[in-house]
Amino acid sequence: MAKYAFFLGCIMPLRYPGIESSTREVMKSLGVELVDMQGASCCPAPGVMRSFDQTYWLAVAARNLAIAEKMGTDVLTICNGCFDTLFEVAYKLNHDPELRKKINKTLRDAAGMEYNGTVNVRHFVELLYRDVGTEAIKARVKSGKNLRAAVHYGCHFLKPSNIKKIDDAERPHVFDDIVEAAGMTSVAYKDKGMCCGAGGGVRARTPDVALKMTKENLTNMTAAGVDVIVDCCPFCHLQYDSGQVQLKEFKIPVLHLSQLLGMAFGLDKEKLGLEVHQTKVAL
Amino acid sequence: MAEAKEPNPEFTRKVVEAGGKTVNLCFQCGTCTGSCPSGRQTAFRVRKVVRRAQLGFEEDVLPSEDLWLCTTCYTCYERCPRGVEIVDIIMALRNMAVRKGYMAEPHRKVAELISKTGHLVSLRDEDKALRKKLGLQETPPTVFADSSALEQVKKIGALCGFDKLIASGGK
Repeated sequence: MAKYAFFLGCIMPLRYPGIESSTREVMKSLGVELVDMQGASCCPAPGVMRSFDQTYWLAVAARNLAIAEKMGTDVLTICNGCFDTLFEVAYKLNHDPELRKKINKTLRDAAGMEYNGTVNVRHFVELLYRDVGTEAIKARVKSGKNLRAAVHYGCHFLKPSNIKKIDDAERPHVFDDIVEAAGMTSVAYKDKGMCCGAGGGVRARTPDVALKMTKENLTNMTAAGVDVIVDCCPFCHLQYDSGQVQLKEFKIPVLHLSQLLGMAFGLDKEKLGLEVHQTKVAL
Repeated sequence: MAEAKEPNPEFTRKVVEAGGKTVNLCFQCGTCTGSCPSGRQTAFRVRKVVRRAQLGFEEDVLPSEDLWLCTTCYTCYERCPRGVEIVDIIMALRNMAVRKGYMAEPHRKVAELISKTGHLVSLRDEDKALRKKLGLQETPPTVFADSSALEQVKKIGALCGFDKLIASGGK
């Protein structure tokens, strides 16, 4: 059984714990073992933290990576924001010994830890596609449900693609393939690759601007006639889920891929934690 | 007639050092602006931000609200025909701007929450109750459950001068 250090982040465990329970159950049923990272913190968030102080951003992320390194496992995340920070910081520190030396000094002084540059950071969609495979997913599907899904990749799962090297950033397919393997139909819609609007600190600082971007996406999804939005990031998830309540004119249920897979695999509905969704989920 | 502003190569050099190392490659084609989801909704023009950084117009670029309208979606970065790492430039400029006191209160609050609790979202009783109901550990096994781990994160903040930065608002 493949084993990974499960990085929780903030929004999933604290605002959508149903994504966490779904992920744990779905991964278990696919033969992926998740081990908790005791004492991990915020990744820290690429929007505000990297904007404020890149050295602090590097050092706190390096501490999280050092925890996984000590466990002897690679890291798995289900959040694009956490993926962006941890992947980029690992990339920088794994390839730049001078920078690693500098960050390790802070890490030693603050935490008695060091990071030796050996951890790979994995996003669960990429892991499902590359390591688990769509056939294994198909084999688990029990529900027989076929929903028209608006797949939202978000920004930091695939980009920057020159270092992430997962899929074509303009015309990706890996996420759609998994959604289709779960028995759904991934529907094409206008400007499908567009940002949900929340990233980069925009949601916190200028929520009205973030919401305008969200509205454009929701309008395009509605025009395509979808039953559900499927995301792979709790922050996009939050933006679509709460954004629709603020905008009032949309009612498209929002599911994180782990919840969609949980549903397709016939998981106990209670485990999906859908009651905290602000936009009602009746699927 | 208005006089043309003098470029300030010293500031441009600082942007390069702070991580915007490709800033001088930009030839102002505007592919970035044409690709920007935020620019569709606002007057934010990425191309202009890069131009100002390139010419060293510090007083135009650092106080500008535009700098904070980028969602860091990387679409411009992906499409730039010159390989300008635009998000890295924005990040370098933002790091410089907060040190000049251009720090919005909602952002300062988020930063403060992380430096004090190690997470950017709080742990409420209702979160614990729901976690328990879902069969999860009530308190996530993170810094929330381990005060010595939280002390380590706090110490990183102190050593990096991050605590001071957010307490002072960069001023």
